[in-house]
Formats: sequence, C-alpha cells, structure tokens
Amino acid sequence: MNINMTLIGELIAFVVFVIFCMKFVWPPIMTAIEDRQKTIADGLAASDRAAKDLELAQEKATAQLKDAKAQAAGIIEAAKKRETQIVEEATVKAQTEKAKIIAAGHAEIETERNQAKEELRQQVAVLAVAGAEKILERSIDAAAHSDILDKLVAEL
Amino acid sequence: MSAGAELTSQEYIKHHLANLTVGEGFWAVHLDTLGWSVFLGLIFLFIFRSVAKKATTGVPGKLQCAVELIVGFVDDSVKSTFHGKNPLIAPLALTIFVWVMLMNAMDWVPVDLLPALISFATGMDLADIYMKPVPTTDPNMTFALALGVFILVIYYSVKVKGLGGFIKELTTQPFGHWSLYPVNFILESVTMLARPLSLALRLFGNLYAGELIFLLIATIGLFQLPVHFLWAAFHLLVIPLQAFIFMMLTIVYLSLAHEDH
Repeated sequence: MNINMTLIGELIAFVVFVIFCMKFVWPPIMTAIEDRQKTIADGLAASDRAAKDLELAQEKATAQLKDAKAQAAGIIEAAKKRETQIVEEATVKAQTEKAKIIAAGHAEIETERNQAKEELRQQVAVLAVAGAEKILERSIDAAAHSDILDKLVAEL
Repeated sequence: MSAGAELTSQEYIKHHLANLTVGEGFWAVHLDTLGWSVFLGLIFLFIFRSVAKKATTGVPGKLQCAVELIVGFVDDSVKSTFHGKNPLIAPLALTIFVWVMLMNAMDWVPVDLLPALISFATGMDLADIYMKPVPTTDPNMTFALALGVFILVIYYSVKVKGLGGFIKELTTQPFGHWSLYPVNFILESVTMLARPLSLALRLFGNLYAGELIFLLIATIGLFQLPVHFLWAAFHLLVIPLQAFIFMMLTIVYLSLAHEDH
C-alpha cells in the first residue's frame, strides 16, 4: 500500500473522463434513446387508434349489412303480397268476365230461339193459310182475314 | 511460470505484485497503473463517443444497441436512487461503471502473458519486467476514484445545504443536546470519512485478492489450467458486481449529499 503521485494522476484522469463523458457522450446517446422511445410510443398509440377505428368501421359495416338484409326481406315480403293481390284480382276479373260471357251466350241463344220460333210461327201461319185455302178451294182474302190469321199466329 | 525455475513461489508472487514504478517516495508514479487505466478509459470513451456521434433515433445498429443497453441500465439505476436534478450524476455513474469494469476485466489477462510478450518483444530479462495490468489492484487507483467521489459529496453537500447546513448536519445529530455536539461531530465525521475509505478498500481488496489467487494458481504447475479457468469464470461475477457496487454507492452517497433535512 504505497500511496504516491499515481493517485493524483488517476484523479486527474478520472475528472477528465467524467467531464468528457458528461459533455460528449451522455447527452447524444440519451437524446437518441428518448427520441426513439417517443417515436415508438407514438407508433404504438397510432396503431391502437387504427385498431379502434377498424373495429368501429367493422361494427358499422355489420350494422349496414343487417339493415340492407332487413330491407331486402321487406321488399320481398311486399312483392309477395302484391303478387297474391294481383292473382286474386285477375281471378275475380276472369270470373266476372266468364259470367258475363256465359250470360251473353244465354241471351243470344234465347234471342235466336225466339227468332226461330217466330219464323216457325210465320211459316206455320202461311202453311195454315195454304192448307185452309186448299181446304176451302178458294182464295181467302188474306188482308180481309188478317185479324183471324193474327189470332191464329198468336195462339201458336 | 517461466521465471519460476529461478524464483521461489514467494518471490514470484512478490515480483508480480510490484508495479512498474518511476521515481522515489511520494513522487513515484506507477506507470503500468496509470497507462492501463488511461488506455482503458480512452477505449471506453472512444467506443461510446463513436456511438454518440452516429446515434440514430431510428433502428439502432448492434453496437449502438449494446451501448444503449449499458446507458439505459445506468440511467435506471440513477433514476431509482437519485431523485434530484443533476446532469453530472448519470455520466459520472456511467464512467465509473464502465471504466471500473474494464479495469477489473484486466485480471482475465493471464498473469504471465504481458511480461512474456514484453520480454519477447524487447529481449529484456523477465526478472526486470514489472507489469501489473489490473489498475484496480493498485490502491492509488481506487483511492483516486473514491477521493473524486468524496470531493463531489462535500461539494454538493455545501452547495445544496449551505455551509451552515452542512456543519449543522455534522453536529446536531444523532444527539439533540448542545453539549453533545462535539460527540456528534466526531461520530458524523467518522461516518463521512468511512464512506470513501470503504469505497476504495472494497474495490481494491476484492480485485487484489482475486489477482493474488490467480498468482497462487500460477505457481501450482500443470494443474493450473483448469483451476485458472474456474477462478476466471468466478470473476464473471466479481468483475461486474464490484463495478456495479462502486457505481451504486457513488449514486447513493451523492443522493444523500443532495438531501436537505
């Protein structure tokens, strides 16, 4: 244990090293570390924010999709209802038309039958007159006896 | 052990524990201690300065990562103990930690390697070569560090508390009565002086003992290699631990100096 000038020399070296370290080594390294820490912290915060945004957007998209599905279902429902309605209306209309056509047919048949009857009556009247003429062998004045003929026709 | 043929173990160890000295008495200078410590300090500053110059806030290189790891470790240690604001403490702690660790690490250099290399290079006789490459086994080195810390402790005590406050702290506790102030002063002075003394002697003692064991191992002949390896592996713990203790106690002492009661 011999203490000597070496101690003074080491003390000077120590002081110089510490001052150099304090002036030229510590501050730039510390600044770099702290800046990087800040950058990383910012980046992490940004990524957090982005993740939250994404989640929100996904929720929104899901909600919109649900809405759209509900709307589509509503539209389909309405269309089905309308379809049934149209079919029903058409059925009713067709039925009416059918009834009308049948009625018209009946009426026509009735008219034709009446016409035929009328014609037959006329012909029967002519035949009856002709027969009566032949029976009487003389001409009967058709005009003079038209009241009798009309009566006969009406009876037929 | 090449010189062991002519020397007894005792002489061999004595020879290896002598410093390369220039001058006489108090004015003597241990060139090996001074040279190696300054060389290692310059290595420390060179590496850290080169990183500091190119320090990027982006993706750091591997060297920058390693340096930042050490700086961050020291910064955490300082911040956990020292709560004031002083731009000197952290760089001081970093310098002490890395410098002391590098100096301690010199005891991994095999004890006869450097003398043998010098002998090979210069042709000098081994008996004339004195080379003790571990600066922290020299009390001059450890006391210089402790003295530097001690001066800073006194300086900040006076600066923060004022001269009156510092004297008051030395005299008015632990006993409150005025008649016991001289007793207080003696007690507190011993406490005060014990700090740098213990700081210096702890580091010196650990490393000196470690080096002594290396020398003893070097005298046992053929089996020294595995034993040497074991002891060197054990120093994986001792070297950083002693550097860390020195740094930590420095921070603690300086933070005590900043505390105003």
